[in-house]
Amino acid sequence: MSSENLTSSVADTNAGEPAAAKKGNPAGKVANWADERLGLATLAKKNLRKVFPDHWSFMLGEIALWSFVVLLLTGVFLSLWFKPSMAEVEYMGSYDQLRGVPMSEAYASTLDISFDVRGGLLMRQMHHWSAMLFIAAMLVHMMRVFLTGAFRKPRELNWVIGGLLILLGILEGFAGYSLPDDLLSGTGLRIADGLVKATPVLGTYMSFFMFGGEFPGDDIIPRLYIVHVLLIPGLLLALIGAHMLLLVFHKHTQWPGPGRTEKNVVGYPMLPVYAAKAGGFFFIVFGVTALMGGLLSINPVWKYGPYDPSKVTAGSQPDWYMGIAEGLLRIMPGIETHLWGHTLSWNVFIPGQLMPIVLLMIVLSWPFLEAWVTGDKREHHLLQRPRNAPTRTAFLAAMMSIYGLLWAAGGNDILAVIFHLNLNHITYFMRVAVFVVPVLVFILTRRWCISLQRSDEARLLHGYETGIIMRSPEGGYTERHLPVSEASAYTLTARQRDQVYDAGADADANGVSRDGSRIARIRARLSRGMFENNVQKPTAAEIEDAHHHADEVHELEHAMEGHSADGHQFDGRHPVDGEELRNH
Amino acid sequence: MSHDDNLPEVPADERAAMAAEEPLPNPGIEPHTPRPTDVDKKAEKRAERQVATFFGLSMICTILFVVAYFALDIKDDPDTIGGLGASNVALGLSLGFALLLIGIGVIQWARKLMADVEIVEYRHPATSSQEDREATLAALSQGLEESGIGRRPLVRNTLLGSVALLGIPAVVALADLGPVATKSVRKRTLETTFWRSGTRVVNDVTGLPIKADDLEIGQLVNGEPEGLVHVPEHREGVTYLEGAALQIEKTKSAVIAVRMQPDEITFSRRSPENWSVAGILVYSKICTHVGCPISLWEQQTHHLLCPCHQSTFDLADGGRVVFGPAARPLPQLPITVDDEGYLVAQSDFNEPVGPSYWERDSE
Ligand code: HEM
Ligand code: FES
Repeated sequence: MSSENLTSSVADTNAGEPAAAKKGNPAGKVANWADERLGLATLAKKNLRKVFPDHWSFMLGEIALWSFVVLLLTGVFLSLWFKPSMAEVEYMGSYDQLRGVPMSEAYASTLDISFDVRGGLLMRQMHHWSAMLFIAAMLVHMMRVFLTGAFRKPRELNWVIGGLLILLGILEGFAGYSLPDDLLSGTGLRIADGLVKATPVLGTYMSFFMFGGEFPGDDIIPRLYIVHVLLIPGLLLALIGAHMLLLVFHKHTQWPGPGRTEKNVVGYPMLPVYAAKAGGFFFIVFGVTALMGGLLSINPVWKYGPYDPSKVTAGSQPDWYMGIAEGLLRIMPGIETHLWGHTLSWNVFIPGQLMPIVLLMIVLSWPFLEAWVTGDKREHHLLQRPRNAPTRTAFLAAMMSIYGLLWAAGGNDILAVIFHLNLNHITYFMRVAVFVVPVLVFILTRRWCISLQRSDEARLLHGYETGIIMRSPEGGYTERHLPVSEASAYTLTARQRDQVYDAGADADANGVSRDGSRIARIRARLSRGMFENNVQKPTAAEIEDAHHHADEVHELEHAMEGHSADGHQFDGRHPVDGEELRNH
Repeated sequence: MSHDDNLPEVPADERAAMAAEEPLPNPGIEPHTPRPTDVDKKAEKRAERQVATFFGLSMICTILFVVAYFALDIKDDPDTIGGLGASNVALGLSLGFALLLIGIGVIQWARKLMADVEIVEYRHPATSSQEDREATLAALSQGLEESGIGRRPLVRNTLLGSVALLGIPAVVALADLGPVATKSVRKRTLETTFWRSGTRVVNDVTGLPIKADDLEIGQLVNGEPEGLVHVPEHREGVTYLEGAALQIEKTKSAVIAVRMQPDEITFSRRSPENWSVAGILVYSKICTHVGCPISLWEQQTHHLLCPCHQSTFDLADGGRVVFGPAARPLPQLPITVDDEGYLVAQSDFNEPVGPSYWERDSE
């Protein structure tokens, strides 16, 4: 299908003619010059009108992308004044309360950015707000991809890249948070030092190498600085580039619907609509960040004072994205093993190092696990509704509940104060809840999804409930159902049937399994667990049957026409000429 | 199996059966419904004016930004408006709206005036065509063949060996990142603090030495060894530290001095009576979990709570952990009084302070 024949009904401002480079047109000349050297036209021809499907949830990744751009811009501004040095200086700037106090140059220059560089505080706050937005948007984007099955073949690699981006984003945020060398950031580094020291065998060496000797030393901020402004941004940039290239190569997934198939992509062309919307959206993200930076205070480092390893404030909290590590650290019981003159701090090593890695690995490996269980080698470009993958959706809900609990556990002192609870009780509760709640959430979410599937099936087979109650001549009452529109009916059926893997089918004629029967049995069990209870879409015959039944009801209705239940003929679907309410 | 078929794993007959089972046919893309701006000249003009207004307002905001930049002094009270300075608020608002209005304008333009006809593009499977794969494999094996890498294992293996060896300098060259944590280095660093026999305990804010009588029952004072707190006049014979050296020593040497009723204290081998003076005990302030300084004192229960992850220590019972993720009691500093009656250390701590590390128990 081409678009030309359709543009006729479109606003005149879009001249139907493409902007052909006229002779003597300077832009055309430049384009010509460039193409003769770079051959861009061949590449551009394919991509200028590339199709992007539209849906609000596709915007989440865009928020992450644009807030990264805002981070780059504001970060460069900050780096013009920030001095990554731990040399001791006496503060002489504009902020009265700290004048004359000895502090590191890093902290003093952060105060200068806040109080002596015009727009500096705005840029600092925008930088910090966009960092929050960046990580939050990545997490929500990842949830969208997971819930809709967009990670399935051929997009598994982009899923892994996305996971690495989140990991790097969190590390980058931590490095940035540590740079100003205020009391909170120093406390964060102290905790990081404790985590590193808990590494079996190598911990002490690693800590000394990180800090150039004992904590805190005077090397860590210059080192974190180069990590923060060059190393990780470079990696992020490369991975984001790869992420976008793969996106273009695979073409975006789309929701099923009329005309949308596994083999096409329906949407707006990159030029002009998608480019305009995405470009406009950049300005919106940038603008919202500027408003937040202008109106909402974040990380007011001057209130915390310079880092002093012997001081700490009550209720000290890391940025929210460190919340689960914080929660894990807090609820872990204090277990340590002392063996042959060596100390193994399980209380730090497990929550601080092992668990975050395990959680990340589980998330990264899900697409491969799911593909192995289903044995599905097909490409998938149509998204699934979360309810149509109940086990997967329930898994995410369970993970989210763990995340939420750990997050709450990370703020257990604040919860205790706000709700007047006993801190120890909250912690004991959390120790149990992180094991029990996810299981409950999993079971409930799965059931909920399956009942949503049932209601979809009912809508498809019996139509939607009109709210009109009818009485038959025999005195029975029924609610009148009307069929859903052709488009929505099709959309409801536009999904694949789940196939439960049968280990027996893999066995040869003699009943001997071909490849490791144990593994096959595990796979079969997982497959049953994942798909057995799902509601499959009806077959053509079932729909036929249901419609047949509906016709009978319809005949019944016809028979009643004229002496029907009061009022139902006024439902706007019947001619009501000559009808009056209660005229008999 | 055709090349651009996305369902290659299902045999044709099965697929036909599945198609028959498809309950409903695909009705195809819904027809395009024109928007008011497509059919109504007036609506179109109105939208055009609307978009231009957004852009115009954005320009005004940009000018306001420049005006605010020069007109408002940031050195004034930084807390004029809602905890933020007037300059910050004005710059944020003007920049924010300058950007936001461009964004809104462009999107409005796209929604109201640009063609809103959906178009279709066909997908191709990610995999390359069979010919391409074969050609690639052929080129690859020809290249390898011509290089002789398979035929000359000597050359190949020495090359691999030499490149692999280069990994060693890459690691070795980083060795100067920090001292190697050998036993003697650990002894000198992690396992030694600023406390010596006779070092006075001073208040961590005033830097003044503390007498037993200065402390009331139930009172807790944050202390440092003398030399780690800046005082106007330095006492003779005391080393005063600055900069990184000061920070490192504070990380290990910060203490808390607490006075309790002597009969409420449980003395033990860990916490012998002769380490205390008149019910005053001095403990390391550094949490044995991951090293935060501990600060929250509950007089009634003698409990000290770490604000980082809420480990709680019983100071009346040798610094035992009563709650939370810490696994070891707080190290105690043996103290006595000097001839002038000030609290002093008997010696350094006799175990490393702060978070655990692998070699901590080695002795
Ligand atoms: C991509 C992700 C990035 C994240 C998540 C991030 C995050 C942060 C955070 C949370 C801070 C603390 C801000 C504060 O003081 O409240 C910070 C500081 C800083 N960032 Fe970034 N940043 C990123 C990229 C960059 C880039 C690309 C640059 C420079 C080219 C940069 C330069 C700086 C500088 C100089 C500081 C210290 C100044 C200050 O704290 O006021 N950042 N960063
Ligand atoms: S550092 Fe004290 S509880 Fe973690």
